[in-house]
Amino acid sequence: MDSAAATASALETDTRREAIRVEDLHKSFGNLEVLKGVDLTAQQGDVVAIIGGSGSGKSTMLRCINFLETPSSGKIVIGGEEVAMQGDGSPAKQKQIERIRTKLAMVFQQFNLWTHRTLIENVIEVPVHVLKVPKVQAIERARELLDRVGLGGKEDTYPAYLSGGQQQRAAIARALAVDPSAMLFDEPTSALDPELVGEVLTVIRDLAAEGRTMLLVTHEMKFAREVANYVVYLYQGRIEEQGPPAEVFGNPQSERLKQFLSSVA
Amino acid sequence: MTGLFELLGLGASAELLSLSGWGGNLLRGLANSLQIAFGAFGLGLVIGLFGAYGKLYGGKVTRDLLAIYTTVIRAVPELVLILILYYVGSDIINKISEGLGGGRVEINGVAAGIWVLGVVQGAYATEVLRGAIKAVPAGQIEAAKSYGMPAFMIMRRVTIPAMMSFAVPGLANLWLIATKDTALLAVVGFNELTLETRQAASSTRAYFTFFLAAGFLYLMVTLCSGAVFARIEKWARRGQPSLRGGTR
Ligand SMILES: Nc1ncnc2c1ncn2[C@@H]1O[C@H](COP(=O)(O)OP(=O)(O)OP(=O)(O)O)[C@@H](O)[C@H]1O
Ligand SMILES: [Mg+2]
Repeated sequence: MDSAAATASALETDTRREAIRVEDLHKSFGNLEVLKGVDLTAQQGDVVAIIGGSGSGKSTMLRCINFLETPSSGKIVIGGEEVAMQGDGSPAKQKQIERIRTKLAMVFQQFNLWTHRTLIENVIEVPVHVLKVPKVQAIERARELLDRVGLGGKEDTYPAYLSGGQQQRAAIARALAVDPSAMLFDEPTSALDPELVGEVLTVIRDLAAEGRTMLLVTHEMKFAREVANYVVYLYQGRIEEQGPPAEVFGNPQSERLKQFLSSVA
Repeated sequence: MTGLFELLGLGASAELLSLSGWGGNLLRGLANSLQIAFGAFGLGLVIGLFGAYGKLYGGKVTRDLLAIYTTVIRAVPELVLILILYYVGSDIINKISEGLGGGRVEINGVAAGIWVLGVVQGAYATEVLRGAIKAVPAGQIEAAKSYGMPAFMIMRRVTIPAMMSFAVPGLANLWLIATKDTALLAVVGFNELTLETRQAASSTRAYFTFFLAAGFLYLMVTLCSGAVFARIEKWARRGQPSLRGGTR
């Protein structure tokens, strides 16, 4: 049952290309082993929801994928390209990491917009300075993206003058501006007032619908069930259960998952 | 009216301070002081930026060396430092010059002043900038990293602009200290404002007039600097709502 679900997306490998593959990922902070061997594959167009209790290692896993954290061991393959690691898990080639990072756009819980730049400056920053897109072209694209996330007219506003929901939507526009092959969301709505959660989820839902590849760490179970085509439940640094949302949410097998789901319901 | 002028000696003072006379000397001294202050402040900023990054991200040796530098410079009185750095500096230059077969070198006063005060300023700037860099929210730097910015670009595009609002008040202080520390260079015989003033005063015996005039010039420098730094701070704080509330 479980394994059948696990291979569900793997079976389609021929028709869809693999976006992210993580093999036997371990990560320790000092003596504390936070990730104890995690495997995960996302094909292009997959929306993988990662759920689990606080401290289960969700953020750490996401951050290892783009090397914001240095894995202790394991293998990370992005778009078919394996990231060269040294023995200690640190990237062997900084240039490779920087290139791969531009393909994995991250959206943070705390938005992390650059506060000394207006929204449009935030959105064009990476395209212009890292990807070397001509500025005129980048600005045009940035306007479209800000429009798309409902921030048309706010181009010249600084982040601090916006609500959390608006800031997070701007952060999503910034992520889209690099034309990422996959997006990493780390609890994008957890820092928001309840009435602002909906507007951000709407944007993410649209992105899922247009076939964006996403890894989505979230505490919004209803939303995960709705947008994800695959759900991973992390428990103390291991994948305790995984599968399509209908299985994981509708028919959880492990006691821990059952308990977790009833605690967050 | 004229009587009052006479009583206060203002007529005589005005004559003493005329630009063709001692007044001109004072202004030349001021120009020298400002030139050194500018140079020293600039040199201090460069040293400070390297120092701050070295202290935050450098290896153990770098950090230890920088700790010695900032501790010693900040512990020893500036006057003593100036004497040490000035004589050590000119000694070294002369040794090198003699080693190369040249004669004694005439030390350029402005260059020496900039080097001496710049080294002092650098120690304080290191601490000001280190604090400012640490105050930048980690998330801003992390976001830059996660989008593939190389380290130097992160420094240029994110860390430095984001730390400016934290650094400017401290740097404004350093600038004012630089303008006033130039007065200490009088001890090594450099013709900055204070030395010019003392010469004018002792030649004419009009101590009160000249030191009052010099004080006035220092005050003007401070007031103008204050206005300039207020604008810089406003620019550095762009995007941050004012603490008093209200809009941009
Ligand atoms: N930089 C770090 N240094 C030391 N320990 C860390 C560090 N980052 C995370 N940890 C620890 O690793 C464990 C997993 O953290 P992580 O942030 O991945 O959890 P999470 O699943 O994202 O939790 P949450 O739902 O609260 O965000 C926690 O026990 C945390 O204290
Ligand atoms: Mg987390």
